Formats: sequence, structure tokens, C-alpha cells
Amino acid sequence: MGLRKPPLHAVHDGRASFTEFGGWEMPVEFDSIRTEHAAVRETAGIFDVSHMGEIEVSGPDAMTLMDRLVTSDVTNLDPGDTQYACITDEAGIILDDTMVFRLPDDDGARYLFVPNAGHDARMYDRWVDHRDEWGLDAAVENTTREWAMLAVQGPDAPDLAAAASDGATREVNRFEAGVLEVAGVRAFAARTGYTGEDGFEFLCPWDDAETVWSAFDCRACGLGARNTLRLEMGFLLSGQDFDSEAEPRTPYEAGVGWAVDLGREFVGWDALEGIDREGVAERFRGVRLLERGVPRNGYEVVDADGTHVGHLTSGTMSPTLGEPIGMGYLAAEAAPPGTCVRVVVRGEPKRANVVTPPFIDT
Amino acid sequence: MSFDVPTDRRYLESHEWTTTDGDTVRVGITDFAQDELGDVVFVELPDVGKDVAKETEFGVVESIKAVSDLISPLSGTVVGVNEDLFDAPELVNEDPYGEGWMLEVEPSGAEEFDDLLIADEYRDQTG
Repeated sequence: MGLRKPPLHAVHDGRASFTEFGGWEMPVEFDSIRTEHAAVRETAGIFDVSHMGEIEVSGPDAMTLMDRLVTSDVTNLDPGDTQYACITDEAGIILDDTMVFRLPDDDGARYLFVPNAGHDARMYDRWVDHRDEWGLDAAVENTTREWAMLAVQGPDAPDLAAAASDGATREVNRFEAGVLEVAGVRAFAARTGYTGEDGFEFLCPWDDAETVWSAFDCRACGLGARNTLRLEMGFLLSGQDFDSEAEPRTPYEAGVGWAVDLGREFVGWDALEGIDREGVAERFRGVRLLERGVPRNGYEVVDADGTHVGHLTSGTMSPTLGEPIGMGYLAAEAAPPGTCVRVVVRGEPKRANVVTPPFIDT
Repeated sequence: MSFDVPTDRRYLESHEWTTTDGDTVRVGITDFAQDELGDVVFVELPDVGKDVAKETEFGVVESIKAVSDLISPLSGTVVGVNEDLFDAPELVNEDPYGEGWMLEVEPSGAEEFDDLLIADEYRDQTG
């Protein structure tokens, strides 16, 4: 099976190195992760994140269908509102996490949600199957191939977005979205992101991606910097920090219990209601290494006696802090912030402090 | 993209270089290798006095995105390591053939250099 390519692949070719991610061939690095990371923290950077999926849900029962398949209550979203949610199975295991947008241009509730790379087909099937099973009147469309997604992030991003949209983005507050024109292209503009910085994620028609991309005079950034930026914020990476096969976790274990609303019923409610009462055995935490080394996905965590207390699912050298940071699942006794644990790096236990992410203030 | 491949040294297919003159030689990684890795953030090197063996692992280099074993182009005894890299691993990116050197080795046999790649052969490999 060939890799899916983003609409700007030809534009990036020769300027970036590429990597496979979720079945897509995506730019991982343009200049260097360090310079791209710094641009987003200090000024602004632009990312091609067209590998993210888009599923649209409309019709008389759109709200009911949406609300029964995600962990957070989407019924009180106003047009133009956005909300983070997990999609869980019957056992409460996270299948994916997503941003849910209630589209601003509706008559009746219409939603768009953004599954992670490579999950769009599976989520589409899930929505259609449940709609049919529940006999709901809703249309579900997988529009992943119709939308390009470009993220402009950083302290300067709001000004850049305003300049490119004739001031239209000024009307969009944090965690809200609007339909407006960017560089003359009709786009869906959400003031959201995955970096911890202010900025926008633009959905525009696939064929207009280059027009929108070219309207932003800021540093092109790849998935490498996107990963270090999200790691410093403690944001989960689907398929790594949780994965229904390789790292099955509930939202409570993964530190996103705040995105679970048990006041209404949804798939996974029964299991999660029990787990909420009984508590979890392992918790998602950050670690800061006190010795030289780089924490990585899969490294074991032990206590002072060498007893296993958990493992890491993400890690890097933080470009902002210049310090090694990691995240993963720790047993309850090792989870309190300030606990000193050891991360085993190629057989060597390296001392580390347990922290609650984010690692930096933005 | 074209990478710097100095002709005054020999190369391994796994992207390490070694100088060939004098009682001790230096070992490091190539310009191509540092570019592939991206921002180098950590280097793990053997202690002085340790022996290294040709085409076996002598350490580890890590960039923000990747971990890579370092392979020795020759056998010998480590007589020096570049301790500057512990505080400034970015020297590997900035000057891979100079300030970014990794090991100083006293070779156990000079004939070992003969089967290493010369600059042109290494350049052909990296295309």
C-alpha cells in the first residue's frame, strides 16, 4: 500500500526530510527541529498537518450520535465552539482523542471532528455502524481527502493570521472557530493547536493548500518540532502515549479524566463510571532526568531498589529547557510529583524527578 | 544536497570516519550522518583505556529525533575522548570532522585501514 501524501508534498519536496506517520508521508524536518521549535515558542511557525482526519456529522440526530460516541458533553457546544474529547470503547479504553468542532454555519447542529492520522477510516466506520445500530437520522462523511490542514502557531501567529485574513481572525477567540477567508480562500479557522502556543488551525480545500501556506511568512516546521512542542506541554500522542492495541489506557490513567463527563451516557460510560469510583493503578506523569541521557518511548522506570514502577511512552531533550524530559505510566506509589525514580537508559538507571506536565509555562 | 567528504581520511559504510596518520587517530561521524540525525543532543563514549574493536559498537549518539549506535572503523585502545561533546553535543553538527571528533585511538594494526572506504567510495554510497 502506498503512503498518502499531503497536498503540499510537492512544495515541501527538496526543502524537508520526510517520515511515515499514520500511513502518510509527512515532512519531519525543514531546517532543524531546534530552530523550528524555537520559532514557534518565540515568534511563529507553520505546519502542514493534512494527515489529520476530518469526519463531518450532520442531520437531525447529529448531536445525539456525536454525544454518545465521545467522553465529553458536546450538547452544550454553541455554533463555533470547540472541545477536546476522547473516543472510548465499551471497556473505556481510548481508541483516539480528538477536537470536536460545532460548525458555525449551521441550521441545526453540524459537527466536524478531527481523528488522528490514519484513524479516519476506522472512526468513520464506528460512527456509521453506531448510527445504524441506534437507528439515528444523521449523515456521516469522511472528508479527510477534501481538507488540507495547516497550523500557524506561536506568539506572533494571531497577527500573521489577521494580516492574511483581512482582520477576520480577530473575531475568533481561543478555542473557538469560524468560517472566513484566508488569502482569498474560504477556510475553517479554529483557534486551537498542539503546541501550547496561541495560533490557528486552518482547514481549507485540498487544492487551495498552497495559496494558504504561501500567505504566511514564517518558519516552516515539521512533525519533529510538533512532537517536541507537544511533549513540553504534556499533550498525548495517539498511537504512542495511548493505543488501543499496544498501550491500552483509559482517560483516567492517561491524565485526561477532565474530558470525561459521566453525567450523560456514552460508549464506555459503564466501565469508566466504575474506574472513576475505584481509582486507577497507574497514572500518566512526566519525568525530568537529573543525569545525562535522553528518555525515550519504551524505557523502563524503576525505584531506588531497582523495582519496576512503570515505563515511558514519550521522551526527548526539551529544546526550550535544554533538559531531558519524558512521560509515561507510573504505579500509584511512584506517581506523586517530587518522587525520585530511575529511568533505565540502555541498562543504566538514571535518576529522575516525577512531575505533572506541562514542563514549561507558555 | 551535497555533503562534505574530506579526502584525508577513511570511512565506514555506517558513516564513521577515521584519520590514518600518526601514532593515534581520531574517529567521528560524517557530515552526512550528522545531517541525517539532526540536532545532536547526547553522546555516550567509552572511557579512556578501553579497547574498541573494528566494526563493533563503541558508543551512542542521540539527536532530538533518533538514537544511533557508533561503530568503530578500527581496533585499538582509546587514549582520548572529546569531553567537550558532553556539554556541547551540537559540535557534532557544527563541525563533524573537526571540533566534533569523538575518539582518539591507538590502533592495534595499521593494515586495518586498507579495507575502509576512501572519500570517493563513501561519497558514491551516500549519493
